[in-house]
Amino acid sequence: MDEQAAKIQVENVTYAYGEQEVLRDINVAVPDRAITVFLGPAGGGKTTLLRLINRLNDLVDNTRMTGRILLDGQDIYAPGISVSDLRRRVGMVFALPLPLPGTLRENVLYGPRLAGLRDRKRLDEIVERSLIRAALWDEVKDRLDDPANRLSGGQQQRLCIARSLALEPEVLLLDEPTSGLDPISTAKVEESLFQLKKDYTIVIVPHSVQQAARVADFAAFFLMGELVEQGPGKALFTSPQDKRTEDYITGRFG
Amino acid sequence: MNRYRQQRLGFALLTLVALIVVLPILAVILSVVVQGISAINWEFLTAMPRSGMKEGGIFPAIVGTLLLVLGTAVVCIPMGVGGAIYLSEYARDTWATRAIRLAIVNLAGIPSIVYGLFGLGLFVLFLQLGTSILAGSLTLAIMTLPVIISTAEEALRAVPVEFRTVSASLGGTRWQGIRNIVLPQALPGIITGVILGLLRAAGETAPILFTVAAFYLPRLPQSPFDQTMALPYHLYVISTQVPGMPLSVQYGTALVLLVLVLSMNVVATVVRSHFRRRRQW
Repeated sequence: MDEQAAKIQVENVTYAYGEQEVLRDINVAVPDRAITVFLGPAGGGKTTLLRLINRLNDLVDNTRMTGRILLDGQDIYAPGISVSDLRRRVGMVFALPLPLPGTLRENVLYGPRLAGLRDRKRLDEIVERSLIRAALWDEVKDRLDDPANRLSGGQQQRLCIARSLALEPEVLLLDEPTSGLDPISTAKVEESLFQLKKDYTIVIVPHSVQQAARVADFAAFFLMGELVEQGPGKALFTSPQDKRTEDYITGRFG
Repeated sequence: MNRYRQQRLGFALLTLVALIVVLPILAVILSVVVQGISAINWEFLTAMPRSGMKEGGIFPAIVGTLLLVLGTAVVCIPMGVGGAIYLSEYARDTWATRAIRLAIVNLAGIPSIVYGLFGLGLFVLFLQLGTSILAGSLTLAIMTLPVIISTAEEALRAVPVEFRTVSASLGGTRWQGIRNIVLPQALPGIITGVILGLLRAAGETAPILFTVAAFYLPRLPQSPFDQTMALPYHLYVISTQVPGMPLSVQYGTALVLLVLVLSMNVVATVVRSHFRRRRQW
């Protein structure tokens, strides 16, 4: 992949919680407007890398990081970077959907309101647009003022996606977004991902190899803190270069 | 003996223990009500004491206690909740914060007379506030702070960390997450701690002994720098210092204090359950 199209560039990143190194010298390039998959068995450092890309691990004490992460060529850990602005540009969806206290509408508008947006008409537009993009609008448009925790699990996760989209991020990070969902809800979430990749750079930690193969434009395989192999999704899943990658995607371990 | 019998025996013993715990409380309440109710009338609640407190009412003591609780609340709610927010949300785990926590836990265990002497030394004498409502409220506030800080910190920590992460991931600053998500969710627990602390302040005699309480002052305080009568101290005075005091007046005063404290408790419970219904986890 050529340098120009990379939205996110991870350069020589090594990361440790206390004494325990969870990422060793990682180099990944995430292409713009495509779905990139970080796959591998548990404990490989995928989630940690995801959380480094929008600096959520700033909230964790006693960690150590070397290397650089570039967003549009700019070091996101450089001094003077506004973490809040960065997180508005790089949204995150978590494994367990967690609606905030309040209604559906309040959930979607949490980010924009914190950013200082007050215009009611504009906020209404954001609610509608975000829910449509997360493929939830038709199911909930008549009950936007119901408590958000009354939704089903699958709906809650799409609400969380809509909540991230409300900030018009450039990048959307998803950490096993369908791990708690049934197959139908999973299909709906994947469906919305395919729609979203036209406008957003998406990085997803999938909850199964099958899901990885379904959605990946580009894939990176992590094993115990090391990046074993990366490349276009089709190539990595049909003709992996490394024996360990092959063993994993054919289900021999993990 | 088979295991079902053992279980029945266990249940019986536990029930007995529970009854033994509850009975003295009921006995106290009952005896205070029975012996004090005859003293309660409109005059008793709203009039100044007369003829060496043997006649008239206890109005200034009621007002004094309410003022002291109010003053204590004004000082220790913002400080206590603020301190709890700092400890739970901002402070890193260092030897300094560990020392602060240890100090708070230990402060909660200090006898109240020590607070009284401390208040006398710091507020009454050194800061020259004199024997006043201000000095008394500050002393009670210092005594109440550890209770409020530790219960509020616990309530804040009980809010799952994921709420903070979600708020941060949506571009919220740490304070925005606390203000919008964490604090509202922790409110029932914080209110509980505040009320428990204030209840203790309302009923204490020792801290106000040297800092504010007047032996016999049949008028209402005019400013925060005035002395005042207060229910617990008044009760102590009429029970031990005034010969020939009618028993019903003593019990009547105790009943008023009891009702005041219990009704605050009821308010706390109602407020707490109101907020808890809105909790999300």
